[in-house]
Amino acid sequence: MPKRVLLGLLLACGLTASALAQEPKTGGVINAVIQPEPPGLMLAMVQNGPVQMVAGNIFEGLLRYSPKLEPQPELAESWSVSEDAKTYTFKLRKGVTWHDGKPFTAADVLFSVEMLKQTHARARNNLAQVDKIEAPDDYTVVFTLKQPFGPFLGIFEVGSMPMVPKHLYEGTDWKTNPYNNAPVGTGPFMFKEWQKGSFIRLVKNPNYYEKGKPYIDEIYWQIIPDAAARSVAYETGKVDVLPGGSVENFDVPRLSKLKDTCVTGAGWEFFSPLAWLWLNNRQGPLADKRVRQAIMYAIDRDFAKDVIWNGLGKVATGPSASSIKYYTADVPKYPYDPAKAKALLKEAGYKGEKIRLLPLAYGETWQRWGEAVKQNLQDVGMNIETIATDVAGGNQKIGDWDYDIAFTYLYQYGDPALGVGRNYVSSAIAKGQVFNNVEGYSNPEIDKLFADGAVATSDSKREEIYEKAQKILVEDVPVAWMLELQFPTIMRCKVKNLITTGIGVNDGFKDAWLDK
Amino acid sequence: MLSFVAQRVVKGVIVLLAIVVLNFFLIRLAPGDPAVVMAGEAGASDQIFVQQLREKFGLDKPVPEQLFIYVKGIVTLDLGFSFRQQAPVSKLILERLPATLLLTLTAFAISLVLGILFGTFAARFAGTWLDTAITIFALVFYAMPIFWVALMGILLFSVTMDWLPSFGYETVGANFSGLGHVVDVAKHLIMPAMTLGLFFMATYTRMTRASMLEVKRLDFVKTARAKGLSDAVIQRRHVLRNALLPVVTLAGVHSGTLIGGAVITETVFAWPGIGRLMYDALLQRDYNLLLGVFVICSAMVLTFNLITDLVYRLVDPRIEFTS
Repeated sequence: MPKRVLLGLLLACGLTASALAQEPKTGGVINAVIQPEPPGLMLAMVQNGPVQMVAGNIFEGLLRYSPKLEPQPELAESWSVSEDAKTYTFKLRKGVTWHDGKPFTAADVLFSVEMLKQTHARARNNLAQVDKIEAPDDYTVVFTLKQPFGPFLGIFEVGSMPMVPKHLYEGTDWKTNPYNNAPVGTGPFMFKEWQKGSFIRLVKNPNYYEKGKPYIDEIYWQIIPDAAARSVAYETGKVDVLPGGSVENFDVPRLSKLKDTCVTGAGWEFFSPLAWLWLNNRQGPLADKRVRQAIMYAIDRDFAKDVIWNGLGKVATGPSASSIKYYTADVPKYPYDPAKAKALLKEAGYKGEKIRLLPLAYGETWQRWGEAVKQNLQDVGMNIETIATDVAGGNQKIGDWDYDIAFTYLYQYGDPALGVGRNYVSSAIAKGQVFNNVEGYSNPEIDKLFADGAVATSDSKREEIYEKAQKILVEDVPVAWMLELQFPTIMRCKVKNLITTGIGVNDGFKDAWLDK
Repeated sequence: MLSFVAQRVVKGVIVLLAIVVLNFFLIRLAPGDPAVVMAGEAGASDQIFVQQLREKFGLDKPVPEQLFIYVKGIVTLDLGFSFRQQAPVSKLILERLPATLLLTLTAFAISLVLGILFGTFAARFAGTWLDTAITIFALVFYAMPIFWVALMGILLFSVTMDWLPSFGYETVGANFSGLGHVVDVAKHLIMPAMTLGLFFMATYTRMTRASMLEVKRLDFVKTARAKGLSDAVIQRRHVLRNALLPVVTLAGVHSGTLIGGAVITETVFAWPGIGRLMYDALLQRDYNLLLGVFVICSAMVLTFNLITDLVYRLVDPRIEFTS
């Protein structure tokens, strides 16, 4: 079955390549699934996955990123970097208008940056190195950094830095601004209608600056809360696109075999979701490195990939996913070896102390994975107690460090300085917050390497630094890396060019067309 | 009767306020708050961000102050603001109310009509194959989980036969109007309403049957028979009418839960109702929205309990209102 999926993926890649060669046709409607229902569509105010998936069609960033994560023009048509790598100058596209007809200018960029610093946690962190931002004219924006910041050109995609219309938000109470629920952007599609609990309707922007685009007339985002019902909706032809993660993984092989169905794993290169187990390094047996290493040896990650994830994804080798910059496979290896795990536990003096495991409440696949890991750990003699919570309760427990082992998966945002370091540097240890260094790992050498890596300007220097950091981390096992996840997008084969960038369906459907 | 109603209304308002206070604290007992959930969803969190969110939601204030602000709002009929959905709670509930009422009232009507009908037949033909068949039919629908019935219904009527739509309130993008729209909504309504209705129907069937068999044995039925009344008249005028009292009580309890009681059905069929709104609000710890739905549901239960008491009087004239 996994082989068939792989074949499907390969076929889909081939189909995508052939679609690029065809002449796009205009017109038609795409019905896609969105789940859960977004709380709002103002990307600058709320940044969860579903918000970006819909609003990525309405709003735009200064840049897009290719599947290889190279910057491409979007609202900025060109950019340059000074020799000291501290000044970045963006030339904005002329003739771009907001959906209400007002022109998009450098003033909007300046306003957006100031707003995002207050409303967008990730943008604020990304912009921490910015000393000042200026607009010498209406179509030029200059960022001056306090010190060089290697991944700076990687922070301008729509989800990380969406442009906000200054004329609609300046001087208003942002959180109650009526445009939060009827957003106005510069993107290829305009917001038309939202029937809460049913669907969100976007229509073609007739004044879009890229002539001829978008090709599609309308997009309906259908809100279907139950995973099985989403599968049925596709099966019965009511929706055309199931973005990655829309259905349970065990439904993917069945759906991918349906007539006129194409599957692709592309479009997640920027996010590179990596699943791991938080290991609370502070207390109990897990404070001992040997016990953490034993966990790595005890867990059959190939089984998880092949059985629980139906062959989708890849066994993780360390803190960086293989698709992001400066990844190295040259790190200590932890194959499935229960005997070695038992020996390490014995050496560490583990005496059957109870260890609490928090599965992730993201549906059936994750529950099954929790059970498999529990069984693996029990097989080597660990005393595991599963603690069931919902997502909010789990986040609270993890943020309060009230756990021993907990499942998670996080995005890497293309660069170790953006999405990796935050989980291992000691400055990111802060109680009450999730998704930072909640395991409590502290190593001055790692702190220095990530600090140096962020400000190093040459690629070779950064590569050297991050490779070293990966080796140290994999030896220390601050967390137990599991899988590089793959969330395949399932769609009718008539939908062409749906995914053209490293951000996938989150980047809008401006290149997509229907081969009717 | 008026003083009876007035007294019940006053008592109802006091109970409602007590429920508000209790719910206010119960919700806060669950681990996690809206700020933690939203920070988690944003894929990054820092102290400033979480603190900002708490300030925005008013969660940085002492709990008694938060309660005071909330109760003050309720007294002035203001259910508060859902910061997660960036809209007033009352607007969010009103948007979902029509769909929920359509679903639950239809299901309620199906369950009551079929339940009483089947219960009457089962009692009339007690001990025969018809009674056994009705009992098994009722028990099967009562015993099967709603989500299972729903999924099997989808599999049969949507996937295999392609007779009915599997999800939603209407065909999105079809833009039907007039009779076409009514037919379209009705098609979407059949499966969720039957799923929910058949579950409650089972209870009414069992209760009507048991109650009728009990009443049948009473002396006044013998008297009626001795008077020479036909069996149909005895069943309809004497047995059924008296046997309906417990059914009315149960229907009263069920009708109070009409607004929030269809969470599973609404989720499986993607029906845009209040049950789903409540479920999402719970998972996301959207305190104001969740409390708002609870307030409306509690008010419904209290109102329907009062209506049930009034209906008793109609069904059984021997019952008198006392203040």
